[in-house]
Amino acid sequence: MSAIANHPETHEDILIREQGFDDHFHDHHHGDKFQSNFITKYIFSQDHKMISKQFLITGMLWAIIGAGMSIIFRLQLGFPEESLLWLKPLLGKWITVNSEGVGKLAPEFYYALVTMHGTIIVFFVLTAGLSGTFSNLLIPLQIGARDMASGFLNMLSYWFFFLSSIVMFYSMFLSTGPFSGGWTAYPPLSALPQASDGSKTGMTLWLVSLTFFVVSVLLGGINYITTVLNLRTKGMTMWRMPLTIWAFFVTAILGLLSFPVLVSGFFLLMFDRGMGTSFYLSEIYVNGKALENVGGSPILYQHLFWFLGHPEVYIIILPAMGLVSEVLSVHTRKPIFGYKAMVFSILAIGFLSFIVWAHHMFMSGVNPFLSNFFVIFTLIIAVPSAVKVFNWIATIYGGNLRLNSPSLFAIGFVSLFISGGLTGIFLGNSAIDIQMHDTYFVVAHFHIVMGVAAFFGMFAGVYHWFPKLYGRFMNDTLGKIHFWGTLIGAYAIFWPMHYIGMAGVPRRYYSYDNFETFNHFAKINQFITIAACVVFLLQILFVVNFFYSIWKGKVVTERNPWESSTLEWTTPIEHIHGNWPGNIPTVHRWPYDYAKDGKDYICQVEPLGVGEEDSGSH
Amino acid sequence: MEAVNNISNRNKVHPYVVALWIGCAAIVMMFASLTSAYIVRKGAGNWLEFKLPSYFIYNTLVILFSSVTRQISYNSFKKGNFKVYKLALISTLILGIIFTTVQYLGWKNLDSIGVTLTGNPSGSFIYVIPGIHLAHLIGGILGLIMACFHAFSLPEKFSEIRKVRLEVTTTYWHFIGFLWVYLILFFIYS
Ligand code: HEM
Ligand SMILES: [Cu+2]
Repeated sequence: MSAIANHPETHEDILIREQGFDDHFHDHHHGDKFQSNFITKYIFSQDHKMISKQFLITGMLWAIIGAGMSIIFRLQLGFPEESLLWLKPLLGKWITVNSEGVGKLAPEFYYALVTMHGTIIVFFVLTAGLSGTFSNLLIPLQIGARDMASGFLNMLSYWFFFLSSIVMFYSMFLSTGPFSGGWTAYPPLSALPQASDGSKTGMTLWLVSLTFFVVSVLLGGINYITTVLNLRTKGMTMWRMPLTIWAFFVTAILGLLSFPVLVSGFFLLMFDRGMGTSFYLSEIYVNGKALENVGGSPILYQHLFWFLGHPEVYIIILPAMGLVSEVLSVHTRKPIFGYKAMVFSILAIGFLSFIVWAHHMFMSGVNPFLSNFFVIFTLIIAVPSAVKVFNWIATIYGGNLRLNSPSLFAIGFVSLFISGGLTGIFLGNSAIDIQMHDTYFVVAHFHIVMGVAAFFGMFAGVYHWFPKLYGRFMNDTLGKIHFWGTLIGAYAIFWPMHYIGMAGVPRRYYSYDNFETFNHFAKINQFITIAACVVFLLQILFVVNFFYSIWKGKVVTERNPWESSTLEWTTPIEHIHGNWPGNIPTVHRWPYDYAKDGKDYICQVEPLGVGEEDSGSH
Repeated sequence: MEAVNNISNRNKVHPYVVALWIGCAAIVMMFASLTSAYIVRKGAGNWLEFKLPSYFIYNTLVILFSSVTRQISYNSFKKGNFKVYKLALISTLILGIIFTTVQYLGWKNLDSIGVTLTGNPSGSFIYVIPGIHLAHLIGGILGLIMACFHAFSLPEKFSEIRKVRLEVTTTYWHFIGFLWVYLILFFIYS
């Protein structure tokens, strides 16, 4: 406690001491007598701030692995003639050497890499790494709670994610390789071990790993929702919550309602794989043998998968949207434009995301009349999305913009979300999707709108809240290099893919040698691969900056370095058990009082002046 | 790190109870999706019709009755009537075990009339959906065993945290019971 006492008491401290809410937390001597050792502090921690760091760093490790895989398969696509012999020490038998000594990526392993890349980035990095990190860090801090509703369940949530990670990682070292049938794992390929090597033990472990992962998401989600509903501090009404919290809240609800459906789908798949049932299998002839299974429907799996799969993409993007809204408001020194419209569009997106799943199945043979229904709702999602984009732009417009790494990444997010959202509208029309489905156009669409955009939101968040996480700043110059390089690089990778896709080049092909029509895309593919390598190196730069700054970054001396009005910046720089040394803050106003009444910003703990109205109340 | 006891007295509903309801919503989604899968698959034709073993139907009474005893136990704890509290808790445990056994007999019966796990999916569903339900019920039984253990080892004294714990496990038990009622009505009438 001594380190905290050394800081002079700030204006906010006085307000919290005098007017804050006394929850008798320190009467129980939790904060003081509390003893911790290395294991309970860093490993089996129940403190939300530490768990947040655990999610972040595990997510970063996975991001390096997942992105590294994409570099390997891009080398195959961009330079199919070159020898990959130099990768043999890393990949071993997956590089086959022919009589001339040329090393080739084994085709099965190419599919395994694509599959693992998708699974890892979607689930481990952009779900656990993104919402795990920021929901944990910000929910208690921004609503004025001591911790999550259940620290124990929160700890379990991380360790289930860890367990799931271990299982998936282990599956990569199987002699038959990890699962290789695409991140969506459609049966019959995924249901029949005899159908491919990856569908053997690799697929079993994939299912086990993702089942643990769902447990992690559910435990986390239950905690996030309960905490937001039950543990808001005095005065923190729902309409005074920062948009980050709204986004995490709705994200958790989406996860809670959609992941169980995925598990149902997985269970039926497990039964088909292990117990001989025929939920998804019917009249199959494989490996020279006709199977006994009759009466199953592979489309059933697609429904169950995409009922999660589509909300999942919003589970990924909503937290990024929340972070971006907050970062933009702070760094433009302006209230977020249209706060309530932002909240309602989060809710609308959340609701609509449950009734559009079949737009992934236009080409699966579903009834075209049914497709119409899904076309309409899919296109309607563009409306709340556009409202959000408009509001971000209106927030930036005329603002007193600080051009630093967090705000640049937030602006980059908006750019990417627009570019990728527009192509979604093409794909949402089932007639156009006949041409586009399963081509590189889809790959370009979802990488820009989800993959890169969500990473940008996450980067904005990491650069912005790094002082809160580690008490130091990240290097801003390196951050700007990281930003410009990644923005230009990401467009260089994915923009050309739209053209290849429109020309009909299908995704998930190992090689296009046998297709005369696609030969003239060789140069574009090379260009994309080179851009991907450059972008990958820039991410390494980010990782270096991150770890360097943890120990050597510029030290944060003021509690509220960004002059932000939200509660997390009223806590001491050093992390303490229970977040606030004395009372918890009482909230008197909405979170976006910037440039109000001639003041640069007004903290949420500041009581309303005489005759002053809470700007959030209308 | 030790958990933070941050449950402030401003809340009317205890956070654990809220968390339980949220968890139940997730379970509801799971069974909603399984039963929709059933409907979708049935609609596609090639569907074996058969009579549901009566074990499953009568078992519904067992689970409903166990809900009653469970509630009696909880109410008695609140009123400080420890004898009834313990007796009703044990009865609930016994009824839970009976339910589990009768479900098993139901599947045996199904198998003996030729509706096997691996046959037409219409039969497979009757193994898998009640099976997943039973897995959730067994989770509840583990909670019950814990509750019995507490009932007989802790002093006969009312405490707030014990009340909350009982409220959570009791609510979960009712939830799983009503889930079964939904499933049995679904299988009979769909
Ligand atoms: C304006 C809103 C959007 C519309 C109308 C839209 C529409 C579509 C459609 C129709 C497809 C299926 C294409 C096909 O497979 O043939 C698709 C794929 C996809 N979209 Fe979007 N989308 C939108 C926004 C988003 C957002 C915001 C995200 C993520 C944050 C996203 C992520 C994805 C992903 C991951 C896939 C491909 C999944 C796969 O097949 O592997 N989309 N989108
Ligand atoms: Cu979708």
